[in-house]
Amino acid sequence: MNGPLVFLLLTNWTGGHSALHPMGPQAGHINDLWWLMFWVCAAVFVLVMVATGFAITRRSLPSGPPGPIPPASRRRMTGAVAGAIGVTVLILFALLIASVSTGRAIASLSSSKAPVIRLTGHQWWWEVEYQDPHPDRMVLTANEIHIPAGRPVLIQLSSNDVIHSFWVPNLHGKRDLIPGHDSEIWIQADKPGIYRGFCAEFCGYQHAHMGLLVIADPPDRFDAWYSAQLQSSVMPATPLQQRGRQLVEASPCAVCHSIQGTQAGGKLGPDLTHLASRRTLAAATLANNRGNLAGWILDPQTVKPGNHMPGNSLGSEDLQAILDYLESLK
Amino acid sequence: MRRARGFIIGCCALVLWISLAGCPREKRELREIPAMDARSEPVRLTTLQPGAALPARQGSGPYEGNAPAIAEGEQLYEQYNCVGCHFHGGGGIGPPLMDPQWIYGGSGRNIHDTIVQGRPNGMPSYGGHIPDDQIWKITAYVRTLSGQVPKPNSPTRSDELFPHPSEQAMPKQKPKTQEASHPG
Amino acid sequence: MSAEPIDAGPDVEESGTEDRRRLEWTWKYASGFWGWLCEVDHTRIGKRYVVTSLIFFALGGIEALMMRVQLARPENGFLGPDLYNEIFTTHGSTMMFLFAVPMMLGLGTYFVPLMVGTRNIAFPRLNSFSYFVYLIGGLFLYTAFFLNTGPDAGWFAYVPLSGPQFSPGKRVDVWAQMITFTEISSLAVAANLITTIFKQRAPGMSLNRIPMFVWAMLVTSFMVIFAMPAVMLSSLMLALDRLIDTHFFNPANGGDAILWQHLFWFFGHPEVYIIFIPATGIVSTLLPAFTRREVFGYMALVLSLVATGFIGFGLWVHHMFATGLPQLGASFFTAASIMIAIPSGAQIFCWIATLWGGRLRFQTPLLYVLGFIFTFLIGGLTGVMVAAVPLDLQVHDTFFVVAHFHYVLIGGAVFPLLGGLFYWFPKMTGRMLSEGWGKVSFWLVFLGFNLTFFPMHVLGLHGMPRRVYTYLPETGWGDLNLLSTIGSGVLALGVLIYVINMLSSLVTGAPAGNDPWESDTLEWATSSPPPPYNFLHLPTVSGRSPMWLWREDQPIVTGLRSDRREFLITGLMDAEPDHRQVSPGPTIWPFVLSLGVGLTFIVGIFTPWGLPIGAVPCAIALAAWFWPRGDQGHTVLKEKS
Repeated sequence: MNGPLVFLLLTNWTGGHSALHPMGPQAGHINDLWWLMFWVCAAVFVLVMVATGFAITRRSLPSGPPGPIPPASRRRMTGAVAGAIGVTVLILFALLIASVSTGRAIASLSSSKAPVIRLTGHQWWWEVEYQDPHPDRMVLTANEIHIPAGRPVLIQLSSNDVIHSFWVPNLHGKRDLIPGHDSEIWIQADKPGIYRGFCAEFCGYQHAHMGLLVIADPPDRFDAWYSAQLQSSVMPATPLQQRGRQLVEASPCAVCHSIQGTQAGGKLGPDLTHLASRRTLAAATLANNRGNLAGWILDPQTVKPGNHMPGNSLGSEDLQAILDYLESLK
Repeated sequence: MRRARGFIIGCCALVLWISLAGCPREKRELREIPAMDARSEPVRLTTLQPGAALPARQGSGPYEGNAPAIAEGEQLYEQYNCVGCHFHGGGGIGPPLMDPQWIYGGSGRNIHDTIVQGRPNGMPSYGGHIPDDQIWKITAYVRTLSGQVPKPNSPTRSDELFPHPSEQAMPKQKPKTQEASHPG
Repeated sequence: MSAEPIDAGPDVEESGTEDRRRLEWTWKYASGFWGWLCEVDHTRIGKRYVVTSLIFFALGGIEALMMRVQLARPENGFLGPDLYNEIFTTHGSTMMFLFAVPMMLGLGTYFVPLMVGTRNIAFPRLNSFSYFVYLIGGLFLYTAFFLNTGPDAGWFAYVPLSGPQFSPGKRVDVWAQMITFTEISSLAVAANLITTIFKQRAPGMSLNRIPMFVWAMLVTSFMVIFAMPAVMLSSLMLALDRLIDTHFFNPANGGDAILWQHLFWFFGHPEVYIIFIPATGIVSTLLPAFTRREVFGYMALVLSLVATGFIGFGLWVHHMFATGLPQLGASFFTAASIMIAIPSGAQIFCWIATLWGGRLRFQTPLLYVLGFIFTFLIGGLTGVMVAAVPLDLQVHDTFFVVAHFHYVLIGGAVFPLLGGLFYWFPKMTGRMLSEGWGKVSFWLVFLGFNLTFFPMHVLGLHGMPRRVYTYLPETGWGDLNLLSTIGSGVLALGVLIYVINMLSSLVTGAPAGNDPWESDTLEWATSSPPPPYNFLHLPTVSGRSPMWLWREDQPIVTGLRSDRREFLITGLMDAEPDHRQVSPGPTIWPFVLSLGVGLTFIVGIFTPWGLPIGAVPCAIALAAWFWPRGDQGHTVLKEKS
């Protein structure tokens, strides 16, 4: 009976990435629908439980042989049950209307001049490509979507292998990435901030570690970020970085990863051209710092067992050179 | 007495059944040992040599018959563009891999050497570019192409055996109008 | 009420002793291990179903506990992703296919013939066959699991993840064949139950006097017959994709990944009602016994069951809202999903009315019924929430949904089941369970359950996706997960006490007598446990509560031969006596056939030659099974009193 109360307490336990902390118009509509349904359902629950409580604590009837309920009380009960069913139907009808109108509201977001982002799911990371009519204005990055705050953004979804599902609880519900069925979803963040997203459809070993960040920037900062991403990778500034770049180009790294402006042109893993500008590594699993980067390069299978990146045995000097170089890729 | 005997037999069966857990047939090795160095022995390019003939290099590698590793090898074969020359086993620029003829030997170790060292007339060397355990996985897959691995362990189908992509996989097109197809 | 009301008059008494001797000889159980394989008696086979599915329940529960331990804290290292995926897949498949459905159908196998007052189920040998097929399927899954070949693509096995490219090896094949085994078994039981209910009811038990549990089993059986073929078809197509390179579900060559979801959920959603409807039948059976009143609103309850059965087929798409359906289409499925709350609500109101009008006896089964009302109501209300497309887009595939369906399946099906087993245990074994320990276990199960699953609602809303083997510390989900894990321990303790209570009561329980609860349905009119022939004289029925309406001069059915396995066939609508029919006796061939079927499917995983290889024993077994032997035709009814 105190279920709803406990629930209220628990939902106020703040989590940054909660469906109940809407940061966009669509999540806001859904949040409103949730609280409507929550209060209606809580009221129904309390009423039914009170009725049950009365029924089981009522003073016992006089004893007698078991049998059907006496006709007099049966008539009263028939009325009560019929009434309850009628009220149920009305409530459900109201909830249906609320659901459909919310559905229309969240589907109405669109804009003709919105940025278009192609999001491709891989086992177990996200490829993010900003579309533009001019190929040289397209930006390729991974596991991080920068969007301008306060503007609708169109995200085109497709999958490279199995079904994934794109979900940023603060902004919108989820949409599956199904191979052979491209789809799209509109999102909008009202305020600048960093919103965590998840893969919500089971996709294999590292389903648990397939996160992404949606970073809503003020429009000017977004534009600055965008033009920075359009640049080719920075040239090595120190001999150590130079050595790191050579090592990356010659080692297995270059078979899977690409760094624009170098010979590394692999297409199997995330693009590393601006690796150091990203906040996380390994699909929002590790914070992007030198220690985590070193651990990830040497032994990725301990961080994300089963992922497709092989481990590397590097001498400490080589490792430091590669780290120096990768950390310079702002 | 009979009940007791039945009980003991049942318990033994149960223990045997649970002890199946010790059997590692489909083990997935998620954490590979980084870069095992298999290049210590030099690769022989010819059987000509002084003295008695040496035994051929045999052995089929750590992933022979391991279905998960073979499937991973299949993906790597695709991703590392082995298909660019060998196609899906039928050959083209490079020799076919589906037939029983091996220029440089068809054992796992031979194929591994071929990938690591490269071969004259076009096969590049991938040693140092592809981690060694991945080369062994590709090796295990290549051996399934020529039927050297039991069928239940081999990957079943290839998506590329069809002369043209399926209708569904083609971009959407408007049907041509009557006039356009028969001008006149 | 007399102990054996059928033995009323002195004449009947005298002939009764002779009849009883001959019936015992005619219907006697096959003995020994060989006899165990040949047995065709429905109570024996029903008991096997119950025991086997309880063992699978325990295995599935252990898997659940392992998952809870793994999730107790962030980045825990108890299980790796590979083992975790195997375990959650096996947990789901076990609970759905090897526990819930067989348990419900097994109870039906045991009690439907008793409740309708007949001697055995309609097709006893088919019944034996279906049990062995189920057993082989279950053993096969767990053998594979111990061999590290347990399925790991989820109990829903979405393609392409479960396809040949992303699930190499034999793991998913094991899953697909296990499905086929259990579905064959369920289909056979469903056909058996429908025939028994339609044609073998005691004279006088017209359609409007059938006990609620029997109605529930009837609706369930029809749902099985319409739902199971969809999943058999799709699992067969998946197996073909994996084994002989078809491309049903392969997007690269014109297959469709969403087709699998449609086929699977067209079965998967009715499956929930296949589990839930028998549970409502149990609730409607327990309530009269513990309120001393007939259940209120018989017609409303029956109509609700039938309506649920129909609507249950119209809402599978609400599992697929996130795939991006057209909005109008999705709205239809929202409406259907919300609509199914109406019959469920009507049932709950009727049960509360029954409680209101009754004189309650607060024994363990009634506690489980009350616990059921509490938890199922929560599950039903969250069900209305997830039926709404916008809300479902947020909570779909999160722990909110995990919480929702555990409230529906444990609260809605396992609670009534535990109450029902407590209630029927005396009938099945002749001994009472300990009431004190029963209450202890109820409270542990009830509190542990809510402690385990209630926090999951919150976790889901706070962004925790389903089927994750671990989560990052910075997500802040750790505390609630720990709470949930503690709750799962309490829940497991409660179930353990329940099981220990069962085992110890087998030896030390008080003798039950025929009718310890003074209940109203016919299974209590015979001894506990029932004799192989069920009733000395088949009873007749003059109302909805035959035991409560039993008169001294209640007519009985006579004229059936006692020197062979005869029973009475009655009319579909009003159960008018129609003719006598001979029930077949014990035979080994159903067992042999089940081995043949097992061989076919298991070898079929490794080579297509499995089909011709397995066809040989199957053909031999079928030929021997149906070899004409004469003397088995039916005889027109000559006499009755």
